[in-house]
Amino acid sequence: MDMKDLYQDVIVDHNRNPRNFRKIAAASRTLEGFNPLCGDKLILYLKLEGERISDLSFEGSGCAISVASASLMTERLKGKTVTEAGQLFARMHGLLTREDAAVEPESLGKLAALAGVREYPSRVKCATLCWHTLKTALEHPENKTVSTE
Amino acid sequence: MSIQHDTIRKPSAVANGFDPLRWRRDFPILRQRVHGKPLVYLDNAATAQKPQMVIAAVSDYYQRFNSNVHRGVHQLSELATEAYEGARDKLRGFINAASVKEMVFVRGATEAINLVAQSYGRSRFQPGDEIILSEMEHHSNIVPWQLLREQTGAILKVIPINDAGELEPGAYEQLFTARTRLVALAHVSTALGTINPVKAMVAHAHTHGVPVLLDGAQAVPHLPVDVRALDCDFYAFSGHKMFGPTGIGVLYAKEALLRDMPPWQGGGDMIRVVRFDQTLYNDLPYKFEAGTPDIAAAIGLGAAVSYLEAVGMTAVEAYERELLAYATRCLQAVRGLRLVGTARDKAGVLSFVMEGIHPHDLGTIVDQEGVAIRTGHHCAMPVMERFRVPATARASLAFYNTREDIDALVAALEKAHEVFR
Ligand SMILES: Cc1ncc(COP(=O)(O)O)c(C=O)c1O
Repeated sequence: MDMKDLYQDVIVDHNRNPRNFRKIAAASRTLEGFNPLCGDKLILYLKLEGERISDLSFEGSGCAISVASASLMTERLKGKTVTEAGQLFARMHGLLTREDAAVEPESLGKLAALAGVREYPSRVKCATLCWHTLKTALEHPENKTVSTE
Repeated sequence: MSIQHDTIRKPSAVANGFDPLRWRRDFPILRQRVHGKPLVYLDNAATAQKPQMVIAAVSDYYQRFNSNVHRGVHQLSELATEAYEGARDKLRGFINAASVKEMVFVRGATEAINLVAQSYGRSRFQPGDEIILSEMEHHSNIVPWQLLREQTGAILKVIPINDAGELEPGAYEQLFTARTRLVALAHVSTALGTINPVKAMVAHAHTHGVPVLLDGAQAVPHLPVDVRALDCDFYAFSGHKMFGPTGIGVLYAKEALLRDMPPWQGGGDMIRVVRFDQTLYNDLPYKFEAGTPDIAAAIGLGAAVSYLEAVGMTAVEAYERELLAYATRCLQAVRGLRLVGTARDKAGVLSFVMEGIHPHDLGTIVDQEGVAIRTGHHCAMPVMERFRVPATARASLAFYNTREDIDALVAALEKAHEVFR
């Protein structure tokens, strides 16, 4: 397999220049996601206005896949509702873990660039870390950290 | 590749008269291709490959004399017992222990250390007793002592490491107090490759009357080890890192210590007489070997020892030292690469990070080129914290590796630069 199928230009770009890579001082939710296996760590900040995610951002360190995934996620979800975020989580999770064959990568726009990880089982968790963190932040606001293990 | 490079490289394949290619042929797994590229195996610190002789010894046991040891009078059991005990004696000779009574078969270094913690430590440590460890220990030489701390109230004291990945000079001696009860220390560090000056450290501990456990998991496969010359009290190592099977390892311990230690697991083989009111334990080392052991693995490990004796550990050490020097030079020339662990006395471990490329991405990209390295924390999270890196990439050498393997790694790292350009 060509490495460029995994590390597509979108991924390389979002790794080098992650979008929304900052702290939100007055965040409604702050949650740390951790992958103990490889040391990837991210802090997700969410600002909610009613049902709407008015702002979201992240900080942390990780591999290109995990950074690009978080960057793409924040870009996509800013301004969306909590329900829409939940739906997108389900589709991304279904796609990346292959648990839902009905999810067409093309239907996900730029996020489709992450589909390459499906060929690398050891890397799937890198791509899903930020999504799990998001889901926990939305559903369990009392949590402070979430781990992939 | 330039002609000049080739002419520099030619004579080096047989440096010190040691020809890695001669030995490499004995390892069937190294002949395969991975992702269509010849396999370059540089993850020897995680586990080493097995020569044909070891594979044959294991399968020979199952094909010709599989049976339990120390139990039967029948022919097969006698053959199995002879091979199993023969392996123990080979290992004894290999590390120069005085007696097979001092050679306890265990599952590996991890189990050996747990045995010492639970039998030696738990039976005698009091609240406030101190155990000295170092910052570069593998988790298997940290967590068993933390468990013991919970059980006994003992205290852990840690020798810090410097920027080169060496034990901070002078720090060790200062940690001793009247309450020091044990030193537990890596002979060679898994994440950094540092070879610790263990002989002098053992001698120092003994001036305080303190016994020393050495974790030799990364030393035995790469240097000659003589437990009597080191004068260590315990020495732990794993078979699978020294070209033997998984599931077997050794705890060496001085006989006087073992004699006074209580058993840590009960069952068959470790007893002499069992009555409901009282049980008499077996002689050494069987007192510490409850239940049916991994007989095949022990026999395979015996074969690995015979193989290593043929290769010669002095030659292995010298060759790997030279290959490490070559690899260090090559890696330092890679753009953006920084070595983590640059001790003066070092075994064949190259931990590194690369500017702008996460180790995890590196691992995947070089794997695509057929190069197997490890990425992550290498079971030494305190070391990662000390060097303020989330993870490193690690190439670790064995005597069957060549300069060409290092060149393949460097070429694969250049590929990573291309992917992230
Ligand atoms: C220094 C050191 N100690 C202990 C161990 C644990 O060995 P095992 O997992 O075979 O018990 C390792 C393995 O990586 C090691 O490198």
